[in-house]
Amino acid sequence: MADITFFVEEPDGQRTPIEVPTDMGLSLMEVLKGSDYPILATCGGMALCATCHIELLEGHANDPTDAELDMLDTLFNTTEQSRLSCQIRISELSHGAVLRLRGETN
Amino acid sequence: MYFCSHPNVMISTDICIVGAGPVGLFAVFEAGLLKMRCHLIDALPQVGGQLSEIYPKKPIYDIPGYPSVLAGELVDKLMEQIAPFNPSFTLGERVESLDRQPDESFIVTTNMGTQVAAKVVVIAGGLGCFEPRKPELARLDDFEHKGVSYMILDPEKYRGKKVILAGGGDSALDWAIHLADIAAELTLVHRNETFRGALDSSEKVFELAQKGKIRLLLSSALEELHGNGQLSAVSVSNKQKEVATYHADYLIPLFGLSPKLGPIENWGLNLDKSAIQVNVEDYSTNVAGVFAIGDINTYPGKLKLILCGFHEAALMAQSAFRYVYPEQKLSFKYTTVNGIHTF
Ligand SMILES: Cc1cc2nc3c(=O)[nH]c(=O)nc-3n(C[C@H](O)[C@H](O)[C@H](O)COP(=O)(O)OP(=O)(O)OC[C@H]3O[C@@H](n4cnc5c(N)ncnc54)[C@H](O)[C@@H]3O)c2cc1C
Ligand code: FES
Repeated sequence: MADITFFVEEPDGQRTPIEVPTDMGLSLMEVLKGSDYPILATCGGMALCATCHIELLEGHANDPTDAELDMLDTLFNTTEQSRLSCQIRISELSHGAVLRLRGETN
Repeated sequence: MYFCSHPNVMISTDICIVGAGPVGLFAVFEAGLLKMRCHLIDALPQVGGQLSEIYPKKPIYDIPGYPSVLAGELVDKLMEQIAPFNPSFTLGERVESLDRQPDESFIVTTNMGTQVAAKVVVIAGGLGCFEPRKPELARLDDFEHKGVSYMILDPEKYRGKKVILAGGGDSALDWAIHLADIAAELTLVHRNETFRGALDSSEKVFELAQKGKIRLLLSSALEELHGNGQLSAVSVSNKQKEVATYHADYLIPLFGLSPKLGPIENWGLNLDKSAIQVNVEDYSTNVAGVFAIGDINTYPGKLKLILCGFHEAALMAQSAFRYVYPEQKLSFKYTTVNGIHTF
């Protein structure tokens, strides 16, 4: 299966490209952590901590589940584009997607 | 069991345990077998650490002897198991400092001024202190403890007061229901149109709103805090960006918690990233008399598992005993042989 590239919008506005294979069953949170972004991901990807909060600025992904929406609803800094990166499957993330980190870092 | 919150009273004990997660709780048992008393301090208002705060209703499958146990249930069982050793607790207070006394013992001090004198300090701080998520509001810091708080320790404090809660999760809903009868005026501010928390809680909140017991401000956001030294009012904007100001004695933002290493950083301990380096023989740190067990420590091969923390607690207790009573001989005994001697 092919790789996709997505972009992380850094605090200074620069967009860092990240290339990943889509056939390894990874979540977006795992890829971000693997790319040395200091996401806490306290709950390890169970949609229970919201520390992996991102905004999906461009592109699309699998629809959020109820558990994800419930967790997002507890935050104060969400927008229409807010997602939990642990709930986004790389295999369903669109090529060229752009995101911004919003959660707690370590 | 004894819960205390007496600022300015010195509590005296053998071991002061920083963090009442599963590992800190089990350390009470291992210390108790060796007749050492423990006092636990946790920043959260409840015991159980990550298990209570993040996943109380999730099953855990790798606790020996339990094919499956809910995290919340495991915490209850641990509390039952340590009850014979009468641990005492200070909850809802963050340990700020650790000071060595001339006689080599320690004084542990919390952000509320509670002090614990102990011969040994065991840090079972997990991922660090659970700190509240704070909304982005100007002057928020100025009003902390002066009307703004992020945790409800004693609901009675709000009796007859004007209280504004903000948030849409289960804890915001549960507290709104609880405080509706206690506060003189209760307002709940939520950024969305509906609540996604437990269905029965959200129905109850809407019912109380209809009865006029809760003022519901939906699709709304906190905008501004007012007051001269003490909070007196809060401005809230609605979907149309219209701003209204409400009198308030208290504002309680409830947007969840996330862990931060916090004050542990400043205690002179050798750290590796956000974890305390320990000696694998007994989980002692570079400071004599201070041990670190559970998720907070690191050593080659470390696994952040409850089971590993329990093992670390057992070895720590043996070494702590030799530190506290260098003259006494420690003979190793099974609980099956000796039973549990309460004190
Ligand atoms: C979603 C999830 C699922 C998990 N599933 C499993 C599993 O299946 N099996 C397993 O073995 N493990 C699991 N874990 C990991 C397990 O929860 C941890 O290993 C365990 O909680 C560690 O216990 P602890 O007592 O060391 O720390 P914690 O549970 O983190 O407790 C530490 C406590 O210390 C307090 N504290 C820290 N600093 C201070 C301070 N300065 N002052 C006052 N209080 C302080 C904190 O508030 C906290 O309550 C899971 C974790 C998560 C998040
Ligand atoms: S890692 Fe905890 S919610 Fe995503």
